[in-house]
Amino acid sequence: MAGFNKVVNSYEEAMAGLTDNMTVIAGGFGLCGIPENLIAEINRKGTKGLTLVSNNCGVDDFGLGVLLPNRQIKKIIASYVGENAEFERQMMSGELEVELTPQGTLAEKMRAGGAGIPAFYTATGVGTPVAEGKDERQFNGRNYILEEAITGDFAIVKAWKADKYGNLVFRKTARNFNPMAAMAGKITVVEVEEIVEPGELDPDQIHTPGIYVNRLIQGTFEKRIEQRTTRPSGE
Amino acid sequence: MALSREQIAQRVAQELQDGYYVNLGIGIPTLVANFVPEDIEVMLQSENGLLGMGQFPTEEEIDADLINAGKQTVTMATGASIFDSAESFAMIRGGHVDLTVLGAFEVDVNGNIASYMIPGKLIKGMGGAMDLVAGADNIIVTMTHASKHGKSKLLTNCSLPLTGKGCIKKVLTDLAFIEIKNGQFHLLERAPGVTVEEIIKLTQGELVVPDVVPEMQF
Repeated sequence: MAGFNKVVNSYEEAMAGLTDNMTVIAGGFGLCGIPENLIAEINRKGTKGLTLVSNNCGVDDFGLGVLLPNRQIKKIIASYVGENAEFERQMMSGELEVELTPQGTLAEKMRAGGAGIPAFYTATGVGTPVAEGKDERQFNGRNYILEEAITGDFAIVKAWKADKYGNLVFRKTARNFNPMAAMAGKITVVEVEEIVEPGELDPDQIHTPGIYVNRLIQGTFEKRIEQRTTRPSGE
Repeated sequence: MALSREQIAQRVAQELQDGYYVNLGIGIPTLVANFVPEDIEVMLQSENGLLGMGQFPTEEEIDADLINAGKQTVTMATGASIFDSAESFAMIRGGHVDLTVLGAFEVDVNGNIASYMIPGKLIKGMGGAMDLVAGADNIIVTMTHASKHGKSKLLTNCSLPLTGKGCIKKVLTDLAFIEIKNGQFHLLERAPGVTVEEIIKLTQGELVVPDVVPEMQF
């Protein structure tokens, strides 16, 4: 690596320095836009005791779900975890600690973490189990709870294209939590479908500036579809 | 007769107005998209980061990078926009969505809603539901009026953990269209062929019934 060039040449190098008991923030919604090869590398490394921050936890054999059978995850902070039998088993038995967090609050916690804002007030979750133990305050006659920001030792991100400086462009709804995750990692690792030379991406069209990105790698992706819904041709 | 899932969606669709930005939850609410009146335009918001959700793709159009909040493959309508999750919930939490339709397990006379968790049983998480009910002013809850065993879902007090407090004003069930105000349910309409007595019997919370309760029109 030299100057602003963020490109690394192997997944091993991409996840170097990840050790037991770290916090990892992952982009993705369901199986859409997940850093699937970076997750596979964490699985290969066998790192344990991880706290994962991600909207979902994959399915049994793909995405973050692959980290469950070897008990690599100690705790997960997520909004929706319904698609995964092993997850539900570990949660019900108490082997896995789960902090259910409203989706918008989760996105904002990551954004705030990356933006240097330690906490924020939101009406989301007032009067629900989410509010338990949190500071509650009124603004303009309405109640809000204080939610704390999240940062990670690592963030793992999937983008569509990047230049070597780590400027990122996402594709369609594979963007989702990825820009927030990129902001909130102490070490942000991004895998993309294509890396181009600096200057080839239109600066006006960049979604995440390279300042948030530490390591970049080009990969190939399975892009598994969770719910394949179609209409007949010709309609 | 009790409304089918499609009929519930069809009645909700009558509440849509031209130029509305609408968020439809998973299940019956998703079906509302099939009954948008032809003479109006609405834009569907999907909280994973899409405004202007289109119909399902053909086999040839399927794109793994384009899904809705239910993780189903979708397409984009003309004039659609894509954004990240923080932006998506900024528009939801900031009150920019005109109508939100979502399902529930229970609703009570104080506008409380329980929709995400049955302790000891179903643990999936709230997804975006807590943000949606806290951020929207105009919400319609769709659900069956009672469980299969005849247990009312319209209660004095929700028994399950809440998704939101004091935020629900309208409920459309398979039997009735109900407004919540002043700590009471108010019966606005009944499903065709359903009697007021049947609705009273299956509503546990206090229900105000006017002298004349019109049947829903389709």
